[in-house]
Parts: sequence; C-alpha cells; structure tokens
Amino acid sequence: MLTAQPTSRAAAAELVVDRIACDGFGMCAELLPELINLDDWGYPIVRSGGVPDELMDHARRAVAVCPVLALRLRRSVRP
Amino acid sequence: MEPRIFAGPPAAGGPESLADHAARLGLVPRGSAAEATIPVIEASGLLGRGGAGFPVGRKWRSVAGQAGGAPAVLVNGAEGEPLSSKDRTLMRLRPHLVLDGALLAADAVGADRIAIYVGSAHRDARDSIERALVERRDIRLPVQLFAAPATYVAGEESAAVHFVNAADARPTVTPPRPYERGIDGRPTLVQNVESLANAALIARFGDAWYRGVGRSSTPGSALVTVSGSDRDGVREIEIGTPIGELAEVAGAGRDPRDRQAVLLGGYFGGWVSAERGWGLPLDPVELRDAGSAFGAGVVAFLGHDRCGVRATARIMDYMAGQSAAQCGPCVFGLRAIADATAGLANGTAARDDLARIERWSQQLAGRGACRHPDGAVGQLLSSLRVFGSEWEIHQRRRTCSREGFRSFAVPVVREKVA
Repeated sequence: MLTAQPTSRAAAAELVVDRIACDGFGMCAELLPELINLDDWGYPIVRSGGVPDELMDHARRAVAVCPVLALRLRRSVRP
Repeated sequence: MEPRIFAGPPAAGGPESLADHAARLGLVPRGSAAEATIPVIEASGLLGRGGAGFPVGRKWRSVAGQAGGAPAVLVNGAEGEPLSSKDRTLMRLRPHLVLDGALLAADAVGADRIAIYVGSAHRDARDSIERALVERRDIRLPVQLFAAPATYVAGEESAAVHFVNAADARPTVTPPRPYERGIDGRPTLVQNVESLANAALIARFGDAWYRGVGRSSTPGSALVTVSGSDRDGVREIEIGTPIGELAEVAGAGRDPRDRQAVLLGGYFGGWVSAERGWGLPLDPVELRDAGSAFGAGVVAFLGHDRCGVRATARIMDYMAGQSAAQCGPCVFGLRAIADATAGLANGTAARDDLARIERWSQQLAGRGACRHPDGAVGQLLSSLRVFGSEWEIHQRRRTCSREGFRSFAVPVVREKVA
C-alpha cells in the first residue's frame, strides 16, 4: 500500500526481475549499465535503491527489450 | 522444564491414541470458539517453527482477512532439512495434537479444506497421521494427504502449494504469496506441524500459559534436533536455553573446548564457534543477531577431529544439487561455489578460489525466486567467518590442519526422542 508520496529524492519505481523467467540475455545491462550489472554467468544484478527519475526512460527501454519479459518496473513501496 | 509438546505417554509407546489424547487434553476449540483464539495466539508470541520464524497469530489473521474465497490450510510436514527430524517425530508420536492444530487453524481462518503435506521419506509419520485421521470423528471438511518429494525445497511454502495444485514441488515467483493466493487460487495458510501443535495447546491453556516458559525474549518451548553429541535425537527445550547447557545434557561436552563449532538452523543456518556459542541462547532473535539462525531447531555439534571447510563443502555440494534449477543465479552460482569449495576442501583449489567464493556468495542473496541460494550462502559466509584460518590453510597450503582430512559425517538423525 502506498502510504505517502515519495519524499525528496526517494525513487518512485524499482526494477524487479522474474528470476524464473530470466534467461540471462543481458540486454538490460547493456541498456542500463548504471543500474544493472551481470554476474559471471550473465544474470543481472540490480543495484538497490530504485530508479532515479533521470534514468526512467532508459529503465523503460530495458524493460521493453527483454526477450522473455523477465524485467519490470514496480512502483516503490515505501513510507 | 516439564515437556509440553511431548507431555503424555513416553516415546517408546509410539503414537498417542485418540482416546489417550482426548483424556489427557480434552477437546480443542472449534467453530466460532476457534475464531476467537486468533487474538490468543497473537498474544502468546508463538513464532513459526518451519524455519522463517514468522509470528503465527499474525499469519492466521492475514489469511482470515483475505478476500478471494474460502481459505485452505496446508499443514507442512515436508521436513526436507537433512539435519532435522523433529517434525516427523512429532507427527509420529503426537498425530492428534498436530490434527487438533490443523482443525483449529482451519476453523479460525474459515478454511473449507485441509491439505496435509508429509515428506514421502517419512513413512512412520505418514502412517501415524493416516491412522489418526481414521480415528477421528470430528472432521467435517475435506482433508487430503500429500507425499512431499524428498527434496530440500519441497517444503518451501510456495513449492508446497505448487505441489498440491500441480504435483510440482518447485517454488513459484512471489508475490502473490500463498496467504494471498495459494491452493486453487484461494488464500492459504501454510503452517509447520510444530507451530500447529503449539497453537492447539495455546488454544486450550491460554497465551499466559505459553509465555510461562522461556528464558529469553522469545517465549515458549521448541523442538530441536541435536547431532554430533553422545545422545543425538529430538529434544524439547525451553527457548533461550544456552547452547552449552543443551550440549551438556545431550553429551556434547561440558566445556566449549570439547567441541570445535556448532551449526545452528541446519543447512540454511549458520556456524558459530563453540567458544562463542556455548553461552548463546537458543532463541531466534538472539541467534539472528549473532549471525546464525534458529531456523527449524537444528543444533549440530562439530568435533575437533572434523574439518569445518570439508563440512561446509559437503553441505554446499548438497545444496547446489538441491537447486530447483529454475533461476540462473542459483543454478550456476551455487554450483560454481560448491565446486570451488570442494576444490578447497580436498586440496585441489585454484589460486583465487577462496576470493572467488567470497565474491560469488555476496552476489547471490536475493536473486532467486525462493530463498534457497540465500540460505546456502548464508551458511557458507558464516563458515568463512568461523573457520577463517582453516580456509586460509586450505587455500594456501592445499592441505588441512585436521589429521587425515576427516570429513563431516552428515549424521543420520534417528527419529528418536533423546
């Protein structure tokens, strides 16, 4: 439940990976290296702390290009 | 402390009959009286005994308050943890107490169906529950028995629900969690058998009675499975009992110097040195703060003739093999960690293996659909802390300080009340 508007610089959205669906294509990390690294086997490690406003367009593109629809944006749930 | 869960006839007598159970404890509240027990369970402070330690009363209230049709109750007796045998022992000896808890929970949350999920390898437990079901005359809703596959993850709550729904005991992506959408898409209370047995006692004797024992911040008594001692087996302890005291009773030494370390919580848990552990209370909160876990009540002592590195390697190999093989980080990461750990254990390590497993371990938590990788690397990271110098010896000298590389024999814990 959203209890309040995100305050000051708190991110309004975060990236969520469906770990079962993810096949390690790695396109998300190519489009959004600021927030996503790949581990030694090519699976994404998402930086915590949500998506800053200035990266939202890139994040949306990363979500859109995932071939198996394993990446999505979720509104941050935080007080 | 007088036994609570194991009060009644001695273990050697086998399963308690319905007549004995009813004469000893009377009837468990049902119907609207069961609904009225939710606040009592909440006030008792009872924490779940399947491993996660979630407050039981709060879980019941969440399920009772969910929209989405009549709830279901899933009685979790899968017990896939290799070092635990308390759930199968409880089901075998006190089947009616477990069924009381299941019926109470079902009435409390308004469920119209109960699924009982017992490890397929635990035949005595299953037989006991089956016979107990035949004995009862107060079951007015469908109760179905399911044989949980003998895998580590089968008892994870989304895997248990998945098995009941589709005969597939692999975890699913959450949310939705089972309390929101579980069996047949309905809100489902997944509750460990020991938690239910405790609830059945609290419903009769009250929350103050439950809190009448306990030596730390968490009230009540708990079942533990002790191994690596002279008298291995299942015991009921007062929560907060210091590990050293349990060690003395079980025959694992009077002194911390008698043992090297202890693994708490099982393969998902954490190591502590005997020196540090002896004074630690067996309490979920205090053990978490100490970098370990109460988990499902596993207490496994490691002697001085055993090697902590090899023990950890063996556990990691098992855990990698038990991955449900659905999520890349778990499939590849756990296997790589297990292989590098095996190399360190048996003296064939590559130069940077120790640094590699440290880095991989820190990357893995939170990156599976379930907590399987988290639990496995949590145990590994605790081992790196506790057996740090031994890991260094294995890396640098490719040898072991323990004579003859003795491995951690994973004890076969008998279903025995010690």
